Amino acid sequence: LPRPPPTPAGSCPVEPCGRRAYAPPAERKRFYQNVSISQGEGGFEINLDHRKLKTPQAKLFTVPSEALAIAVATEWDSQKDTIKFYTMHLTTLCNTALDNPTQRNKTQLIRAAVKFLETDTVCYRVEEPPALAELQKNEWDPVVSWAEKRYNVTIGSSTNILGPNIPASTKETFISHLASYNMWALQGIEFVITQLKSLILSMSLIDRHITVEKAVLLSRLEEEYQIRRWGSVEWAHDYDLCELRARTAAGTLFVHLCSESSTVKHKLLQD
Amino acid sequence: MAALGAPLRTFRALLRELRHAAGRSYRDTPAYRHVLAAFRAHRVTSEKLCRAQQELHFQAATYLCLLRSVREHEALHREYHGRGERSPQEVAGLVGFRLPQQPGGKG
Repeated sequence: LPRPPPTPAGSCPVEPCGRRAYAPPAERKRFYQNVSISQGEGGFEINLDHRKLKTPQAKLFTVPSEALAIAVATEWDSQKDTIKFYTMHLTTLCNTALDNPTQRNKTQLIRAAVKFLETDTVCYRVEEPPALAELQKNEWDPVVSWAEKRYNVTIGSSTNILGPNIPASTKETFISHLASYNMWALQGIEFVITQLKSLILSMSLIDRHITVEKAVLLSRLEEEYQIRRWGSVEWAHDYDLCELRARTAAGTLFVHLCSESSTVKHKLLQD
Repeated sequence: MAALGAPLRTFRALLRELRHAAGRSYRDTPAYRHVLAAFRAHRVTSEKLCRAQQELHFQAATYLCLLRSVREHEALHREYHGRGERSPQEVAGLVGFRLPQQPGGKG
């Protein structure tokens, strides 16, 4: 388990306030008027009035991409009377990349990502009801074939409770592909995989083969099937749908903004 | 490449979302200016060949999805999950009862 940060200044971005470990407060009054961006030595910084934004572990908040900084600043500026941290997905992703609270290195992160393939949603099929099995075949087979062709691997699918049998060579291919991403982008990729519960859907999304909405739909295929049969409960179904879309969109945008190739940005990103 | 539709539509919707988020001075916000500049610089048209344009369009569509979903999620949260717990009086009122004022359930 990760050690909690040494100072009690743990969680608040600007002032110390003695909360536990890495748990940020859910809501807080907006304490700043203006949000602006500036360029420092390590990259782009966010200014709340005259104060510089810091991470939960009190590091200076710097991001390598100007577009990402602008999007983060927009999150902070969109807050009305209270700051709703749970809506600020890009800020959270940047904090995770900067603090690395789970203290994983690149290899561990890649291993965690590829491990998802063994229980990948789109490979895990049901046998009944037949309508759902058919839906899974029609909607998921194309994306599995796409991944197999694109990465030149064998994946397949399974109705077995143990899941598909993924050949070692397939895992190796994905491991070496993911190794080409820098640490920041990898945090984003691992985040998207955890949200969608699928490595294949995540790669399909990051390779721009499908949109966020489509990826989320495919991830929630069984829920959508049940909703079509039994109806949608707005405060649960739509709520979860919007949250999943928001997180997946944030993760995808984060990966793309952190993997833009330019020599200046490569110097700023820590690998 | 993902099925995205017309780039103009995506960018217009994105600018609209930014307007919702910002309020009065939306035109001065860095995000609005950045999106507008990116759109003009790449002169997004319906050409299917340019890869940079497609990547930019995908990015715009993703950001649009993010802004929209966050707004919708917050609206749902406020509507259904934002009220906290009901007081004992309210709970009693749900089934048409009133809490007693005196001990023993009288009055």
